[in-house]
Amino acid sequence: MNANSMIQLTVYIGLVLLLSWPLGLYIARIFMDEPKRWSSGGRVTRILHSVECGIYRLAGVDPQMEMDWVAYTVSLLVFNLLGAVLLYAILRLQEWLPLNPQHFQSVSPAMAFNTAVSFMTNTNWQSYSGETTLGMFAQMTGLTVQNFVSAATGLCIAIVLIRAFARESQKHLGNFWVDLTRATLYILLPISVLLAVLLMSQGVIQNFQGIKQVDLLHPVTVTMNHRPVRLTHQVLPMGPVASQEAIKQLGTNGGGYFNMNSAHPFENPTPLSDFLEMVAMLLLPAATCVAFGEMVGDRRQGWAILAAMTILFVVFATGGLIAEHGSNPELHGLPVTMQGSRLQSGGNMEGKEVRFGVTDSVLFNTTATATSTGAVNSTSDSYLPLGGLIPLWLMQLGEVVYGGIGSGFYGMMLFVLVAVFVAGLMVGRTPEYLGKKIETFDIKMVALGILVTPAIILVGTAVAVLIPHATNVLGNPGPHGFTEILYAFSSVANNNGSAMGGLTVTSTFYQVATGLAMLMGRFWFVLPVMALAGSLVMKKKIPPSLGTLPTHTPLFITLLIGTVLLVGALNFLPALSLGPLIEHFLIISTH
Amino acid sequence: MWKMLPQALKAAVVFMVFFTFLCGAVYPVFVTGIGQLFFPHRVDGSLIRLHGEAVGSRLIGQPFRSPGYFWSRPSDTAPFPYNAENSGASNLGPSNPLLRAHIEKRIRQLIRWNPTSQEPVPVDLVTSSASGLDPDISPAAALYQIQRISRIRHLSKQVLATLVRQHIRGRTWGIFGAPRVNVLMLNISLGRLLKNRKP
Repeated sequence: MNANSMIQLTVYIGLVLLLSWPLGLYIARIFMDEPKRWSSGGRVTRILHSVECGIYRLAGVDPQMEMDWVAYTVSLLVFNLLGAVLLYAILRLQEWLPLNPQHFQSVSPAMAFNTAVSFMTNTNWQSYSGETTLGMFAQMTGLTVQNFVSAATGLCIAIVLIRAFARESQKHLGNFWVDLTRATLYILLPISVLLAVLLMSQGVIQNFQGIKQVDLLHPVTVTMNHRPVRLTHQVLPMGPVASQEAIKQLGTNGGGYFNMNSAHPFENPTPLSDFLEMVAMLLLPAATCVAFGEMVGDRRQGWAILAAMTILFVVFATGGLIAEHGSNPELHGLPVTMQGSRLQSGGNMEGKEVRFGVTDSVLFNTTATATSTGAVNSTSDSYLPLGGLIPLWLMQLGEVVYGGIGSGFYGMMLFVLVAVFVAGLMVGRTPEYLGKKIETFDIKMVALGILVTPAIILVGTAVAVLIPHATNVLGNPGPHGFTEILYAFSSVANNNGSAMGGLTVTSTFYQVATGLAMLMGRFWFVLPVMALAGSLVMKKKIPPSLGTLPTHTPLFITLLIGTVLLVGALNFLPALSLGPLIEHFLIISTH
Repeated sequence: MWKMLPQALKAAVVFMVFFTFLCGAVYPVFVTGIGQLFFPHRVDGSLIRLHGEAVGSRLIGQPFRSPGYFWSRPSDTAPFPYNAENSGASNLGPSNPLLRAHIEKRIRQLIRWNPTSQEPVPVDLVTSSASGLDPDISPAAALYQIQRISRIRHLSKQVLATLVRQHIRGRTWGIFGAPRVNVLMLNISLGRLLKNRKP
């Protein structure tokens, strides 16, 4: 941790908060307005609006007709399932599809299942390597499309939960098709185009050439499979990267065009592109909180939740920066300088890029695991034990420190209700939030949502360590190997997608196990949330009385942070002590 | 609940086709159009041309290993270093004994060409990058290599130090990223320097 790290963190958070305000108000407007009011906007709005109306007619959807929670959930599930089936088909049929100049084979059934589920659930776990597996057609019409609609789906669910608090004494929660279309058309697409242009200005590639071969400036002899080989040229992968990169970050997806994701210079060429990608990850999750405050008619409520998320983020990011700026005790005694200076970043540089150094690497990975993006610009596997503990624990907290687009908000809402519930128990009153009484059914749904992901993570990890085959593919020995498995299940169950790359996950066991964990982590969480929304929207709002716990005060923010950390610690401290904690003490004690 | 399935399925098909066309075709093509119009060099991979021939991309590192050139960082791409068709990292954990072994080996290679050097090696020069295609080394790592290149190329250390300094790119706006030197660009300049020196 040095002065530059602190400046970067401040500039970063400051800019995100600044941008999330107008954006949040814009999001609120998109989802509160009547469709017909849109026809009176500017030229672009009118064109988009006529596209919107046209597609409703074609699909036989009446945009005025609102759904209850069951109808909304059914539409959402059918749409997502169809998306996964379509993506599976595209991957399985790749060799017969166009725009595949490298003539990649069709993807194997297990990998296609895993990838289809991964992109549909907004996880974007990559068991494949982009540049050696997928052609441009699959990247564009398969992955990019799911990047949009899975993000839009997340936002829809958040909006439904917000409406459940904003409305009263009715069962209507909105129309899924309208929300989905608006989220994509008015929010995700325009910002993605803008971001893609900015990324291209930094050098992110965007073309339809398959590969490009260049002659090396100076041919070299290298060892390949223990034999010397003369290298005279280099083959550069090409493709429409910027368009996918933009939505990958903005939609908190995280599935890279290339294997090494945002560490690849064609995906993330400069410190500035890195900063833009980081801002894009936090932007919509932060703005959703602002939209919440606006839509429930009390902006302070939105700011309180945003404040809790921001405080948690700053604490975790600071911890990560301190850990990674340190040196690896295992390297003591070697004539190597790891001291940061004007001439080098220093620190733990294994698995990091020079243009990012330690600070930008840690900030990026913290953001990508605090949100459910899971993109990486440095390899988590090579982080120091405590540096790697930060992204791991951020995922295990349930992706609520900003979290995924939409999902971060509705995840945090569950913790808000737990906090309110705990506070209610302490003073012996029926807990209420925003005038809605939180009753038995609601708390059951909250508990279900909060406990489902830790169960998947811990059971999944326990099963994997018992299977010899699953532990034979570890990339590292000792407790670090255990961390790799724990990291994998924490990532997929929370729909993050970040990975410790040392673990080989191409075997059928991991393809199926992580695929199932992603499905359960997404939908076993979404169903209780939707049921909760269905229950809350029917309740009458009761006016606040003297005994009502105010939910916008520093006291409540503290209570909320405490709840998140307490649940996270109780669930995972034993597992964490078998992994990163013990590794930390091992390497500091032997040197 | 079952009654609404057919209607939901029909809508889902229409919306899926619509979004596939819009987000999977119109959007990437539109972005490509803008890119080709405003940043044609960058969106095609920032290629460096020497006498009309593309010799690499400014953004993708190359495996310089001969002692007369500035070396790039170690790369762990499979099956050979700096394989741009397959980006990858070592993924070695901090406690993995292999990590120390690799770093020791790299230090030995550097010291073999710099036997008299007393200064410690900058860490980025002996650790492999995340992408395996890192185009940069730290300024410290470039300056460290001057002694070796000076001896082999018979160039003065001052001339080489000036060359390195010309190629240092500091933090963007003084805030973002880390100081760096692009190895390909540095070696192209080194080549020019050697050519101009010869009669």
